[in-house]
Amino acid sequence: MNVEILPVDIDSLVEHVGNGDLVALPSAVSAEYSGVSMVATRAIIRKHVKGMHLVAVPSTSLQADLLIGAGCVASLLTGSILLYEYGKANRFTAAQEAGSIVVKDSTCPAIHAALIAGEKGLPFMPVSGLIGSDILRYRMADDGWQTIDNPFGEDDPVVVVPPLRPDVTLFHVPLADRFGNVWIGRRAEFATMAKASAKTLVTFEAFFDGNLMADEDKAPATIPALYVTAVSHQPKGAWPLHGGDAYEEDAANLREYAEQSKTGAGFAEYLTRYVLDIDEAA
Amino acid sequence: MTTGQDIVLVCALARILRGRRHVAVGSNSPIPGSAALLAQALSDGGMRVEILGSRKYSTFSGLADLFDCACTGRLDTFFLGPGQIDGQANINMVGIGPYPRLQVRWPGSHGSPLLYMMIPNIILFRTDHQRRSLVPKVDFISAPGVSPPNVYRPGGPSALVTSMAHFSFNRARARFRLESVHPGNTAESVIENTGFEFDSSPSVAVTPKPDPEMLAIISERVRFQIAELYPHFAVSLLNDLEYYKLPA
Repeated sequence: MNVEILPVDIDSLVEHVGNGDLVALPSAVSAEYSGVSMVATRAIIRKHVKGMHLVAVPSTSLQADLLIGAGCVASLLTGSILLYEYGKANRFTAAQEAGSIVVKDSTCPAIHAALIAGEKGLPFMPVSGLIGSDILRYRMADDGWQTIDNPFGEDDPVVVVPPLRPDVTLFHVPLADRFGNVWIGRRAEFATMAKASAKTLVTFEAFFDGNLMADEDKAPATIPALYVTAVSHQPKGAWPLHGGDAYEEDAANLREYAEQSKTGAGFAEYLTRYVLDIDEAA
Repeated sequence: MTTGQDIVLVCALARILRGRRHVAVGSNSPIPGSAALLAQALSDGGMRVEILGSRKYSTFSGLADLFDCACTGRLDTFFLGPGQIDGQANINMVGIGPYPRLQVRWPGSHGSPLLYMMIPNIILFRTDHQRRSLVPKVDFISAPGVSPPNVYRPGGPSALVTSMAHFSFNRARARFRLESVHPGNTAESVIENTGFEFDSSPSVAVTPKPDPEMLAIISERVRFQIAELYPHFAVSLLNDLEYYKLPA
């Protein structure tokens, strides 16, 4: 059971991400920790991955905007995308207007429901509400969502969504042990993402001494190694987003991104300076 | 230059929240957040408040709690701030133009296609009031204002509060009704700046000004609480308080 899993370097971690993969990414809006592996995102861009289909769980910000601006993305399924107090996601906005990415507007509970169906190996999952929404109309046309009669009710239409089974899930957590178990704290959706996905790639802030699954306080918020494909030890791996109590967001960098990304040329400067020209191979 | 308007809106929303049991406020919502915290202070322990994203002023353990509570009747009030609202209370949080290549693109629908239909009292809120936002017909329906009778829908819009006025929404008639205009506005100026038709009585009330008790709670309590998520807004609230010449 307790086989030691050796953490890999960041380039080895993202070797598991291929062209055209369906990739699930976390929302950054948790006060606990952002959970976004920005270090792996930069490595994916340096690897020139193309045609990624992103699934935001259930919303996204800097991470997807950076990947879209760098030309890695074919489509984005999300409940929302913005840089929060720093403003609009400018590269996303430009790409949707140009038609260079396919935008699949969804809603947070439908994304959760589809991943739960994926996690449990179910053929579909019902979702409350949505009837009469253009979100439903477009996803019915393009993604097979349906309205069915509640089999346990009478004249009671209910929306059902097909499962999401991502090729890859990628996130950043505070702790991992030397056996490949990763501690996610309150981010319960990370476990659903991992179980629904073929591969789960995790960067982590710090080592936990001992076995997380043997620690009664930590185990309930731990994803066991059986769901984890590879881990990489990356202190400050969420930078410039925040790492919870470990570090605050880099507001100056995020402001710079929000400003630079307003134009293609400005974005290219940011990309060169903060992504392409930095060495994070360790 | 402060006009005290934010405080008028905070107090107007807090009055609407009176008697509610469980109120949730989403991201990028400093005025609704302040209103919920004010209403909670006035409720004498009768109101639970969730400021999403806050570590201090939320009892949720994660985002799933918002949807689970909404779908099991554990939440009675939520705020939404759509880019477009029409006269039937359809809301658009996606953008302007033909979908999917939009000329004006907003962040997206978030949880509104579910929450708008499941939470009994949705308060629509905008910090402005103009014809390009309050339109005859939305370009994209993130969530519909009303539903056919066979659709399970315990929730929906109950009020629209803007920088100029407070409307209620009648679900049977699928129409807004002007309840009051904020100080400094008239029913005529509201009609002038609204792109859809709505009901109103011959003499429209004026939204009450903030009362001393509310101002005192904002000064002593709410502005410190809201600073956790909105430090700049907390400072502007203090400026608004000075407009009302209340000792801070």
